[in-house]
Amino acid sequence: MRFLKSVLLKKSRYKPIMTSKMPASYSIVVESKPSAIVSVFEQIRSKLIDNNFGKDDIFAIHLTLEEAFLNAVKHGNKMDPSKKITVEYSVDADKVEISITDQGPGFKPDAVEDPRFGENLFKPGGRGLLLMNSYMDMVKYNPEGNSVSMIRYKEKPYLTKNKDQQG
Amino acid sequence: MATIQPNIGVEYAENATIVSFTDEKILEEKDINSLQESIMSVIEQTEQINLILDFSNVKFLSSAVLGLLIRISKRIYEHNGRLRLCNIDPKIYEIFKITRLTKTFDIYKNIESATKDLSQAD
Repeated sequence: MRFLKSVLLKKSRYKPIMTSKMPASYSIVVESKPSAIVSVFEQIRSKLIDNNFGKDDIFAIHLTLEEAFLNAVKHGNKMDPSKKITVEYSVDADKVEISITDQGPGFKPDAVEDPRFGENLFKPGGRGLLLMNSYMDMVKYNPEGNSVSMIRYKEKPYLTKNKDQQG
Repeated sequence: MATIQPNIGVEYAENATIVSFTDEKILEEKDINSLQESIMSVIEQTEQINLILDFSNVKFLSSAVLGLLIRISKRIYEHNGRLRLCNIDPKIYEIFKITRLTKTFDIYKNIESATKDLSQAD
């Protein structure tokens, strides 16, 4: 995955001392059916817990994975059971990176209407991309539109002490 | 009187029918379809239903559930009924805010305040 590599390379360039501790990236190929995300999320979740990600982060990543994976199964692979979905991810102490690639023809994310306005507010579907964009810090598609790469940085702890002092 | 159907609990109060989701996570399409079937049948059973959906057990849901709620609300309004949502976990309330569905649905803190509102509306 081009984006993931460039980020990792960048990191190694700025922090050469950390190279040996660079997180492993994992690549999993799964069947194109909605329930296949369950075991993938469990794997990612255990890595998030190992890296001290909090409940809000885990909720956000869980929701994003569900939305992105279902899009890949339904709209990308069009429920074709012979197709596959590739999930690549890496987790370190600061961030989680995930990419999901289907075997469909791709789509144009800019052409998807905003579900928050007008008639769209009353339509049953069309909210998945909005949620992904809201819960992740970066969401990017490849030019073909069949692969989405996402990053979320770990939520910083809430500094209660400072707030009390201010308040 | 309480009846239990798959994935929901149904309770009949004086001026409202209270449907509680029993699952902690609502994600899978087959679960969402079975919820839709159960809830639609509750709506059909009462004329001009006042329906309160209780989310107190729900800790996680995806956008597919938002679609279900929109279909339920349309059916209720077709029957001149009223819909109130309550006991929504703060993390899930955030999903409603992001999607601006807080503007579409009447959301109350708990069953008590939802029931009170419905009795004032009568």
